[in-house]
Amino acid sequence: MGKLAIETSGLKKSFGTTHAVAGVDLAVSAGGVYGVLGPNGAGKTTTIRMLATLLRPDAGEAQVLGYDVVRDARAVQSRVGLTGQFASVDEDLTGVENLLLLARLLGYSRRRGRERAADLLDAFGLAEAADRQVKKYSGGMRRRIDIAASLVVTPELIFLDEPTTGLDPRSRNQVWEIVRGMVAEGATVLLTTQYLDEADQLADRIAVIDHGKVIAEGSSGELKASVGAGSLHVRLRAPEQRAEAERVLAGVLEVPAEPSADPAALSARISDPERVARALAELSRSGIDVTEFALGQPSLDEVFLTLTGHAAEEDAA
Amino acid sequence: MNATTAEQASAPVTEDALRSVLLAGERPSRPGPVLTSLTFGWRALLKIKHVPEQLVDVTMFPIMFTLMFTYLFGGALAGSTQEYLQFLLPGILVQANVMITMNTGITLNTDIQKGVFDRFRSLPVWRPSPLVGALLGDVMRYSIGSAIVITLGLVLGFRPEGGAVGVVLSVALLLVFSFCLSWLWTMLSLILRTPNSVAGVSMMVMFPLTFVSNIFVDPKTMPRWMQAVVEVNPISHLATVVRGLMDGSVPAGEIGWVLVSSVLLVAVFGPITMVLYRNKK
Ligand SMILES: Nc1ncnc2c1ncn2[C@@H]1O[C@H](COP(=O)(O)OP(=O)(O)OP(=O)(O)O)[C@@H](O)[C@H]1O
Ligand SMILES: [Mg+2]
Repeated sequence: MGKLAIETSGLKKSFGTTHAVAGVDLAVSAGGVYGVLGPNGAGKTTTIRMLATLLRPDAGEAQVLGYDVVRDARAVQSRVGLTGQFASVDEDLTGVENLLLLARLLGYSRRRGRERAADLLDAFGLAEAADRQVKKYSGGMRRRIDIAASLVVTPELIFLDEPTTGLDPRSRNQVWEIVRGMVAEGATVLLTTQYLDEADQLADRIAVIDHGKVIAEGSSGELKASVGAGSLHVRLRAPEQRAEAERVLAGVLEVPAEPSADPAALSARISDPERVARALAELSRSGIDVTEFALGQPSLDEVFLTLTGHAAEEDAA
Repeated sequence: MNATTAEQASAPVTEDALRSVLLAGERPSRPGPVLTSLTFGWRALLKIKHVPEQLVDVTMFPIMFTLMFTYLFGGALAGSTQEYLQFLLPGILVQANVMITMNTGITLNTDIQKGVFDRFRSLPVWRPSPLVGALLGDVMRYSIGSAIVITLGLVLGFRPEGGAVGVVLSVALLLVFSFCLSWLWTMLSLILRTPNSVAGVSMMVMFPLTFVSNIFVDPKTMPRWMQAVVEVNPISHLATVVRGLMDGSVPAGEIGWVLVSSVLLVAVFGPITMVLYRNKK
């Protein structure tokens, strides 16, 4: 494994009696995307704020790009980019003013700063919105200017705190493209997310955190493998038959089948792939029409459920 | 609506363009504290440009106070409104500026809650520069406020014996004092949770500070203990200096007093502010 971009041990932070981060150990190798996955209140933002030198840890150590976040805060600051969870640019200013402001603060001359701002706006598809106040941007544009603002000086490591929360699928894809582009150029990206498929799609390795602790770590494949072989997803022609289909599947697969959000669909974990054919045959023999079926690896949703005993989305802690 | 059309029209995030901005591995050298503070000052000016409504206090306070006090109390206090205006105007100038400084804390408190301050704090720049820059931007507000008071005064019949030089010098001194006093509000804005509480506490400090002074009346008619309070109030010294300069005299001792209290304000509240700022949340 290459050198580590981030290494923490026993990182802790409390706010009053809330143990927001309760001992986090991370080892993030340089290059690639590292996903930090957790529900609301898990401690993702607090962790990132400590790594970006905004919060002083109560206990534990954190090294970012080889520099201690407390003792060498300056060295860390000049090498990382931070895109916070909430508006991280000045909403009263225009897109170009925001980027020019940062460029000047980072040492660009006025002329070079303007050029840099224009290049960034171009690259992020914001050239036409350059002279509009950021508060008038759409959600997707706003997220892109947030990210562009972290790239005024190309950072070695970039923190993205929930970069796609609240975006529509198209804008989300654009952000994903940006992340992939940054990684292709050799940057390390640490991103937090509540979306399991996002971690699955983007991250090389994932840390699942809950209640301020890392409860699992690994590649998405490893995390899934720790849960089981996968699952069978079935969609019926007639939703009324779902209860019966549940009984049939449970009988053949010897595990409970679970109804999905779609009223005509259900899924079941499979321990033995050979039983799948028999299960489908059994459904047809019982007069249940199947319009679609798919064999899937376990989703990270299932991983999360197995690891924490509760589903990712319903936790409101 | 506008936003969506623009978004659809623009071909977002082209791979090549993204690649070239990321590859431009330019690392300019880190700018010094003066440049970064001025740059943050520029941000404050941009905000005034985009949200000019924030100048309401700078324009309304001075006009209201000058007119109210001149015509309400002038006759009673000094025999005629004209005579009173000659005494009052330098004082009102002081009061207007000092009142305008309060806005610093309220604005900053709102600003710091926003995510953009996290970004500023994570930049490798001289740490106080976002705050110093905000205060530098406020200097523009003080200048506007002063210009309004003086113009209105001239229209109403105020005649500074000290001429343009006296007026310019007194405004310059006022800007220095206001900049230094602002650190008190900066500190408050980091201690109190909401802009409303900042406004409340500021008012509580502000009223005694400006009224228990020689701005509105000569302290000779006050009880002795009150005179003592007025005497130590830095605002009184400031008003005396501004009166003197506008009247054509140079009260050197008093100017010294004002400069010393300015330095003291920064020396005390500056460091406290920075500690609070560093440990924010
Ligand atoms: N400044 C603060 N003061 C008090 N409590 C805080 C503060 N910041 C965070 N917390 C608490 O710490 C816990 C972790 O918060 P954090 O913001 O790190 O979670 P998160 O994983 O980022 O959640 P989300 O997905 O909602 O952004 C929460 O219980 C939160 O209420
Ligand atoms: Mg968060």
